[in-house]
Amino acid sequence: MENLIALLVAAPLLGAVVLLCGGRRLDRTGHWLGTLFALGSFVVGVVLFMDMLGRDADDRAMHQHLFSWIPVGGFQADVAFQLDQLSMTFVLLITGVGSLIHIYSIGYMEHDERRRRFFGYLNLFLAAMLILVIADNYLLLYVGWEGVGLASYLLIGFWQHKPSAATAAKKAFLVNRVGDMGLSIAIMLMFTTFGTFAFGDVLAATGETSEGKLTAIGLMLLLAACGKSAQVPLQSWLGDAMEGPTPVSALIHAATMVTAGVYLITRSGAIFNGAPDAQLAVVIVGAVTLLFGAIVGCAKDDIKKALAGSTMSQIGYMILAAGLGPIGYAFAIMHLVTHGFFKAGLFLGAGSVMHGMNDEVDMRKYGGLRKYMPVTFATFGLGYLAIIGFPGLSGFWSKDKIIEAAFAYDDGIRGWIFGGVALLGAGITAFYMTRVMLMTFFGEKRWQPDAEGHEPHPHESPKSMTIPMIVLAFGSVFAGGLFSLNESFVHWLEPVTSFEHPHPVISVPAITASTVVVLLIGVAIAWFMYGKRPVPVTAPRGSVLTRAARRDLLQDDFNHVVLVRGGEHLTRSLVYVDHTLVDGVVNGTAAGVGGLSGRLRKLQNGYARSYAVSMLGGTAVLVAATLLMRAV
Amino acid sequence: MNPVNYLYLAALLFSIGATGVLIRRNAIVVFMCIELMLNACNLAFVAFSRMHGNLDGQIIAFFTMVVAAAEVVVGLAIIVSLFRSRHSASVDDASLMKL
Repeated sequence: MENLIALLVAAPLLGAVVLLCGGRRLDRTGHWLGTLFALGSFVVGVVLFMDMLGRDADDRAMHQHLFSWIPVGGFQADVAFQLDQLSMTFVLLITGVGSLIHIYSIGYMEHDERRRRFFGYLNLFLAAMLILVIADNYLLLYVGWEGVGLASYLLIGFWQHKPSAATAAKKAFLVNRVGDMGLSIAIMLMFTTFGTFAFGDVLAATGETSEGKLTAIGLMLLLAACGKSAQVPLQSWLGDAMEGPTPVSALIHAATMVTAGVYLITRSGAIFNGAPDAQLAVVIVGAVTLLFGAIVGCAKDDIKKALAGSTMSQIGYMILAAGLGPIGYAFAIMHLVTHGFFKAGLFLGAGSVMHGMNDEVDMRKYGGLRKYMPVTFATFGLGYLAIIGFPGLSGFWSKDKIIEAAFAYDDGIRGWIFGGVALLGAGITAFYMTRVMLMTFFGEKRWQPDAEGHEPHPHESPKSMTIPMIVLAFGSVFAGGLFSLNESFVHWLEPVTSFEHPHPVISVPAITASTVVVLLIGVAIAWFMYGKRPVPVTAPRGSVLTRAARRDLLQDDFNHVVLVRGGEHLTRSLVYVDHTLVDGVVNGTAAGVGGLSGRLRKLQNGYARSYAVSMLGGTAVLVAATLLMRAV
Repeated sequence: MNPVNYLYLAALLFSIGATGVLIRRNAIVVFMCIELMLNACNLAFVAFSRMHGNLDGQIIAFFTMVVAAAEVVVGLAIIVSLFRSRHSASVDDASLMKL
């Protein structure tokens, strides 16, 4: 069985190589091949999962050593895979949701002449993400981490003929690079501290390591997670990443990329458990981001950007839960999986709406679409109910647990703060998702002809697009309940992440009740603002907060003022110093030597007499010096 | 007679020779002045040999004569060929080694 693990990665990797190197002769079959490779990986995952289920809880981790990668003295890097319950969960999510997105893309990208290349990149994305989650050491994880960065760059900028897409891809790549730096520093710190970077050895040795070192490693890992998972302060790339084709957004937001940060923190749980300060930083980042994303999501009129804000916010929940330690890891991963279902479903639904509306993304120009796209409406609606945490659906089970765990941060004020933030976030989530729902599917028709004067004719999408949406809708409805049955998901992960029951500052039923109340309030406000009243086609000016939120809470302005301007000033002053000081010294030396030699060369006049004078003078000096030395 | 006087004479001859080398332009005269300086040295050597009471200085004087003879051969050959090519025995004319 162990030998199958490499096949998980090999299938999509082979797919990527075949599709990208195959050339035009694969244009007609490429998309099927790509989907087949993704599905193949999923089948291998399911087989391994069945095998894993058949064994005892403590005996489930599998290991496959492929080859020794960089053996240099004390530095041993192996290409080896480790498949335990945590990795297995991710493998099934990545390959499962990934395959559905492949199937969806067959229909969505039907008219794109570069479809084969698109599927090649999708396969590359899956392969990189799989390497990331099944690597058994941090260095191999880093390979997958960079692979994900590369694949996201290629896919976000897939429509590179649009300058905005090319810029967005570059932005995602650069912002991610900041996070990657954190990961590479963390790995270096690990190597100097533990002498190894294999998960097993590092995580086992955390007990004997000083808290300061663990905190340093933890903070660097958090920086890495912030980059990949779009957490404050490295969140700015996520909104612009919507420039990519919609299936890419679904893939980035649900199955790959942004989940990597949550995986990294959960996987490194032992390090964070030994560093409470780093944990606190993780929780704060999660709490800030979950509000940040939610507020941004409230103001966006672009359906994909509203969903992007929502992703940022939901990942904030996961990061917050992962920072809570053993009471939160399992819930973070549980929310990650349920979020994978409903967010993929929502994005595919948004793609389906755009498909029917001439690629219009402004929700103010939608309205009343439920009659024209019944399947999209139903699946999007179920995803919507799941994400706002409607009782009984997936999001309810997982988000509620995170809110409980946040209230259990400690007995004092912090428990109240983090719990309150998580609760507030749930209310805002309900508001902005209801807003998206109402503006898109309810109300009056607000369609307008596009730039070429084509009136949109909304229609339901082809089967290849609706079937994945239906499957994901099932996941959005039932996954959470299934995971919570007898706490099966928590027990499944317990051997890897360990688990403690949270003890919130207020009783669990009270939390659940207030979550539902906050949820209803959010829905009611949204209904009052966007359901009862007609939605204006041009956005009203809005309050200061709305205008700030439309500009992503000024994140880009902040980056521009602090980083771009600051960087420009820094380079300008460095150039000045270079020109005056460094060049001054160099040029001054050269000029001095040149001037001196210009004078010295006059001595070389070719007259034997003058040489003779210098010889005589030199001799006289030597004699005089000798005599003087004698005399002294 | 006081041997120091020989040294005075040697110094005088050497100075005359050196001055001649420095200020005269005719290669032959410069050459003769060099010979004068060599002979001044020989005189000094012999005087010192007498003063110290050993033969070292006299032997060195012989060496100097031999070297001077060899030098005369080479030097005159150079001067003759210089005169043939430039039709002048002025040392200042042969000032090509300059930038």
